[in-house]
Amino acid sequence: MNDRLPPELRPVLNESGLEVQPLYTAADIDESGGLEMLGEPGQYPFTRGIHRLMYRKQPWTMRQYAGFGNPRETNQRFKYLIANGQTGLNVAFDLPTQIGLDSDDPLAEGEIGRVGMSIDTLRDVEIAFDGIDLSKITVSMTINGAAAIMIAMYLAMAEKRGYDLKQLRGTAQNDILKEFIGRGTWIFPVEPSIRLVGDTIEYCAEHAPKYSPVSVCGYHIRESGATPAQEMAYAFCIARAYADDVIRRGLNIDEFAGRLSYNFNIFGNLFEQICKFRAGRSLWAQIMKEEYNAQKPGSMWLRMIAGGGGGGLTFEQPEMNIVRGAYYALISALSGAQTMALCSYDEAYTIPTEYSARISLRTMQILIEEMGLTETVDPLGGSYYVETMTNRMRALMKEIIADVDAQGGIVKMVAEGSIQAKVSAQAYQMQRDIESGAFPKVGVNCYRNEKEEDHPVEFHPYNEDDARAQIASLNQVRSERDPGAVAKALERVAADARTGKNLMPAIVEAVKAYASVGEITKEMVKLFGRYREPIRF
Amino acid sequence: MTAASASLAPQPDGRARRVRILLAKPGLDGHDQGAKVVARAMMDAGFEVIYTGLRQTPESVARMSLEEDVDVIALSSLAGSHLPFCRKLKTLLEANGLTDKLWLIGGNLPAQDHDELRALGFRGVFPTGSKLDAICDYIREQVK
Repeated sequence: MNDRLPPELRPVLNESGLEVQPLYTAADIDESGGLEMLGEPGQYPFTRGIHRLMYRKQPWTMRQYAGFGNPRETNQRFKYLIANGQTGLNVAFDLPTQIGLDSDDPLAEGEIGRVGMSIDTLRDVEIAFDGIDLSKITVSMTINGAAAIMIAMYLAMAEKRGYDLKQLRGTAQNDILKEFIGRGTWIFPVEPSIRLVGDTIEYCAEHAPKYSPVSVCGYHIRESGATPAQEMAYAFCIARAYADDVIRRGLNIDEFAGRLSYNFNIFGNLFEQICKFRAGRSLWAQIMKEEYNAQKPGSMWLRMIAGGGGGGLTFEQPEMNIVRGAYYALISALSGAQTMALCSYDEAYTIPTEYSARISLRTMQILIEEMGLTETVDPLGGSYYVETMTNRMRALMKEIIADVDAQGGIVKMVAEGSIQAKVSAQAYQMQRDIESGAFPKVGVNCYRNEKEEDHPVEFHPYNEDDARAQIASLNQVRSERDPGAVAKALERVAADARTGKNLMPAIVEAVKAYASVGEITKEMVKLFGRYREPIRF
Repeated sequence: MTAASASLAPQPDGRARRVRILLAKPGLDGHDQGAKVVARAMMDAGFEVIYTGLRQTPESVARMSLEEDVDVIALSSLAGSHLPFCRKLKTLLEANGLTDKLWLIGGNLPAQDHDELRALGFRGVFPTGSKLDAICDYIREQVK
């Protein structure tokens, strides 16, 4: 029927595959399910926001991803960002740390401090956060495979500095299932990996009840090729897998669900993303209430960082990424995100400079101070288009979740590699569409500069001396610590891994004895083994 | 892995076979979206692709290149450790008599590193932004 219409009246498809019409009216809202799921801000099902007054009370937290070299250098960058008005930290770790290797491991050579800060022992964590008030600045750690160890180190450091763990806030990414789909910093096989996530949730619920031990990431699944609707649907499937693990241990959903958080991406069609967030917020509330019988509103909140946008940025004409970043920030603000971060314009190339990181920060500050984004809650609420598309996105996400369940669930699909194969096939199609011009990208397949200018990007230097210094510092810690205490703590890690106890108390004891990330990981690998990637196309 | 059509490379014994490519993810870098996209493009172009998965060492890349008897050794590197990796790999590929193979690298490769990569023997350097067809055409041209 559509091809009988003149081209300008035909629906176009958004990335999630839903039709977008030239005009929406009240009839479209009715046809898509009406305003039943709209509600008021701060009230179930939270489509309009998880809080009644949202940014009126407090603007979103600004949390640029940062970290490189050794803990001392990273500490300086943290202080620079805080001095420039950043209100939270998001810590980048180097790859050896992320996959549980010490700096002196042969496999770490050439990678120490390269894409993030290097952490071997609690001493490094103490240096990294030295002089930063952890009651004012919340810290989010982008760590997954080695998350249990890094959470233990963070809590141990905070406790040592006199903070009350019952009041301590902060977040660990700790979403291992998405690492198997994209990003790749896994260590152990799927089952023990999920157990470790469960251990951290259970442990934090008791010892650090305001700490968010998991931030479930649709973000990287989207970067790997998922559509916006899949991004959110798959993230919900993953969050359910973690929740199920914790419930099997005997915890009640309301004892931990309030500390689950989310990380989503913001590149792509502006309205599609905004509707994705509004739809997802109400769908998650519905899942928690109806499927898990949650009672506390906090258990139903989709608390999220909506940020990054790396997948939308381009290598070509990198300055244009500043403009894209500003639109992405607008998406995040119009979507009611709790936290925002922006990939810097040079991030397709390198670790951001102080200058480019500051541009990202100022972009968000301009939205807060000049553009009126904090004055009114859910300003797009009631729009014929936005409400209709929110309903349609919600229905589509439900379909995707039902499909995953019908295929045996997300854990099985990740273990066999079928989700990976699906999103990677989509990424391939997208790349083909970009190269053919079917999917427009400014500066890439249209509006290219006649003569490519030298890219105004300053590459972050990599310093071999820093790597050597990090190894020397690890050796120093090893020579100063009590070897008996370390051995005893590591034996406890091995024993608790075997008997199926929650591993966190043993890991906390080990980090307090200054056992290293690599040493603790090795104890667990002895029992769990290592993950082997299913290669499926 | 299978491919629909065949790209033929004559063998020393005169038989023709499909071009065989080892596509490896060097080092600890977990960004495999690009590598998997390139693998699919190579398969669609008729090449036979052996994708290694993540976290390959120079030793494992050299060993697999030898065992799999490939015509092309291709790396996808996004996290900046390409130079130290390629320096080590070069020595091992030479030691294993694999200098007559086509060595390629793609990914996040700053322009200032391209000359050194070529000098190390990586004849094809495909930084971010390279077209899939350009990579496949280059392989077709070079492997004869």
